[in-house]
Amino acid sequence: MEVSVTVNGEVRTADVEPRTLLVHFLRDDLGLTGTNIGCDTSSCGACTVLVDGRSAKSCTMLAVQADGADVTTIEGLAGEDGLHPMQEAFHECHALQCGYCTPGMVMAAVSLVDEYSDMDADGVREGLEGNLCRCTGYQNIVKAVLAASE
Amino acid sequence: MTVTDTPFAGGIVGEARLRKEDPALLTGEAKFIDDLDLPGALWVACVRSPHAHARINSVDTSEALAVAGVVAAYSGEDLADTWVAPLPCAWPVTDDMKNPAHFPVAQGKANYAGDIVAVVVATSRYAAADGLEGVVVDYEPLDAVVSIEDAESDRVVIHEDLGTNVSYEWPLIPDPEGVDAAFEAAEHHITETYVHQRLIPAPMEPRGVAVVPAPHNGDMTLYSSTQIPHVLKVMAALTLGVPEQKLRVIAPSVGGGFGCKLNVYAEEILCMALAQRHGVPVRWTESRTEAAGSTIQGRAQRQTIELAADADGKLTAVRATLLADMGAYLQLVAPGVPLLGAFLYHGLYDVPLYSFTCKSVFTNLTPTDAYRGAGRPEATYAIERGMDALAVAVGVGADEIRSRNFIPTEKFPYDSPAGLVFDSGNYQPALDRAKELIGWDARMAEQAERRAAGSTTHLGLGISTYVEMCGLAPSRVLASLNYGAGGWESATVRILPTCKVQVVTGATPHGQGHETCWSMIVADRLGVDPDDVEVLHSDTAISPLGMDTYGSRSLSVGGTAIWMATEKVVEKAATIAAHMLEANPEDLELTGGVFSVKGSPDAEVPLAGVAFAAFTAHDLPDGVEPNLQAQVTWDPPNFTFPFGAHIAVVEIDEVTGAVDLIDYAACDDCGNQINPMIVEGQVHGGIVQGVAQALWEEAVYDEDGQCRSANLADYLVPSAAECIDMKLDHTVTPSPTNPMGVKGIGEAGTIASTPAVMNAVVDALRPLGVTGMAMPASPMTVRRAIEAAGGGAS
Repeated sequence: MEVSVTVNGEVRTADVEPRTLLVHFLRDDLGLTGTNIGCDTSSCGACTVLVDGRSAKSCTMLAVQADGADVTTIEGLAGEDGLHPMQEAFHECHALQCGYCTPGMVMAAVSLVDEYSDMDADGVREGLEGNLCRCTGYQNIVKAVLAASE
Repeated sequence: MTVTDTPFAGGIVGEARLRKEDPALLTGEAKFIDDLDLPGALWVACVRSPHAHARINSVDTSEALAVAGVVAAYSGEDLADTWVAPLPCAWPVTDDMKNPAHFPVAQGKANYAGDIVAVVVATSRYAAADGLEGVVVDYEPLDAVVSIEDAESDRVVIHEDLGTNVSYEWPLIPDPEGVDAAFEAAEHHITETYVHQRLIPAPMEPRGVAVVPAPHNGDMTLYSSTQIPHVLKVMAALTLGVPEQKLRVIAPSVGGGFGCKLNVYAEEILCMALAQRHGVPVRWTESRTEAAGSTIQGRAQRQTIELAADADGKLTAVRATLLADMGAYLQLVAPGVPLLGAFLYHGLYDVPLYSFTCKSVFTNLTPTDAYRGAGRPEATYAIERGMDALAVAVGVGADEIRSRNFIPTEKFPYDSPAGLVFDSGNYQPALDRAKELIGWDARMAEQAERRAAGSTTHLGLGISTYVEMCGLAPSRVLASLNYGAGGWESATVRILPTCKVQVVTGATPHGQGHETCWSMIVADRLGVDPDDVEVLHSDTAISPLGMDTYGSRSLSVGGTAIWMATEKVVEKAATIAAHMLEANPEDLELTGGVFSVKGSPDAEVPLAGVAFAAFTAHDLPDGVEPNLQAQVTWDPPNFTFPFGAHIAVVEIDEVTGAVDLIDYAACDDCGNQINPMIVEGQVHGGIVQGVAQALWEEAVYDEDGQCRSANLADYLVPSAAECIDMKLDHTVTPSPTNPMGVKGIGEAGTIASTPAVMNAVVDALRPLGVTGMAMPASPMTVRRAIEAAGGGAS
């Protein structure tokens, strides 16, 4: 089936099997490998991207469901003037170690901050419940998201 | 923080410098194994036994071959002639250790749910998955051995040719009569039994393998999400008979390991064999659910610890007895994991007499091996839980029983009863500081108030102090333990003509921030910008010598090699600089990137000038070779012994059994720190991983040997919502084992936090008569313990 998705501001069209997951479309068809896969039960959030501005687990959507949608991946986050403030905050706060959960965590955090203003630490912790990190213990991730939300 | 001398003068080491690894990881630019673009690669999918124990009567691949995109399918018999040797176990801990032959694809019998019985090769990952459905295997299920007790009984012998399920027994009892006498004379004799449940390491990146062959000249490149490309190269060459000089192993960006990528796995060898056979690139990426049967698990042992103490609670002897679950086969270092704890069951306490025995058995479960801490969390758990039991028996506080038994600071270097020499330690200040951070007295008062008021929300405080042995390892010590390799590390420091620097290391990072830290060490000494230092690693063609990353060894062994190589290159540069300045090399000092003559401030030449002179070689002193480069291989004379004190505070709802971790403080001592930001990050993550063992995580198997918690929906890796902010500080007691005075911090948090939390859980419920608790302390487990102890509210 042909799908046409605006990815990071650019219209991308491809012929995919109907069963193709959005994450595989992004990774295998478009070569955008920044979005990672960490599980097969929609539990870990490593594959989080923005679909029409809101965070979505791209392993839980079919590519055909994204037909006509606007998708932002980690590759589309940094601008010409450098890293996105959320990426910058993760760097400044040492909120990543191995970095595998990081693209998904950053995208989820961008969406969270966009959706809720004036969050406290508990709000960030609850808001990121769907994104797992095995390295950091989350303390610096929470710090980074709070810093970026200011 | 204790202020001590440091060997660092450049003003860079010790800074909380941001990581140079981050930009690539934050933007998706980093390439993990599944990100590699390998045109024409075939995808591999593995047919895994659904039975924990079954005879394989037949494997029929014909339907799979009819699936669109499938190019081949093989059974174990089809590939039997491919292997030169079984998958390696590098640690035969005893001469008579039983080690069953373990091939990448099983033949005749599957010994755990997950054992590979056939393999499908296809043109895409989807087609390979489709092909799995077409492989028909006729199994004859057998009785499965799913507990260590059942295994020990030999009711069912899993590997018939071995005649028993017992792999080995390993005793360490320097003075058996003395230990017996100490227990006979003891005022207090504590006996406690604990079970370490199986844990799934679950790095966020599953494993993956890709192999690119060059059929005509025989080269082969193995990409793997591994912690050990160097060890893997040797082992893969031996297992498959590929000439080692033709084999290149690359670990691309690796998304965490925690020990589970410290192995040589079936899929690595299998993909090499299939790449050889098909002559094109071959790749496999593990799925998360598959990992429960394809990647090693951790812990899985039952331990009995006995403490002998006098009337004051002063320890006179410690005896530990282990029964460890190896799973279905012996993976790379599995037999040695209990031994890494064998020397530490007396913790950081001054005990004259010591006894340790471990028996390891096979079960029909996923093989076990090293998981963050590997043996040392188990040892620390036993002694620290035991110390709380002793404190209750003696009638003193959990803090006081520890203070009474700490190895006195003046006894370092300390000859341990297990035969080690603890390099340096100063334990009481760490405990004092942790108590201060947590507000010990106020928390104790709060607990007393709640108890007096009859609250059903119980407050518990738990202490764990710890010492660990890091920096694996002196090669001669490894030899005495029958380990199959050495424990050295290699480094090359190269100053390029433009005064930029390359560091080549055999350490292999997977999240630890090596590039940042190694740059800081070298830049601090050379007086260059850390951003001008590039660290090269994880590719055996670039870094041919190495022993890789595990056991908190990277800094104390690998970092020391880098330090020494830097010194060596400075020495050579000084010879050239002295020639340029017409001075004696011994009169020169290198400060801020400039060589100057002591006492003659005007006579100076920048390192950049020396680097270029070394490159042009137009005017070098006689006998000095061109270029600035030095290589060092460092074999440490001893382990390092980091230590610390952690305190957990939990709140338990007596009615629901729910445990909430509400406060946590830690004071760790890893000697001199290179980058305190990275140290804190390691401690944060380590603590949470250990808390997870205490409260949430367990690889649950049913009586048929099926893993019931195979994915991240059922296996409870904590999210941010369950975790809290931790209060950290540190003391600094440099190690005398290496010139930088460093010790290691990668595993400390995990080692200390599990017993701290479990001691807090038991402490909270002690008024209800609860004296013990199994892990994980889930609401159900807690409620059952309360009911078994006589009730409580409901």
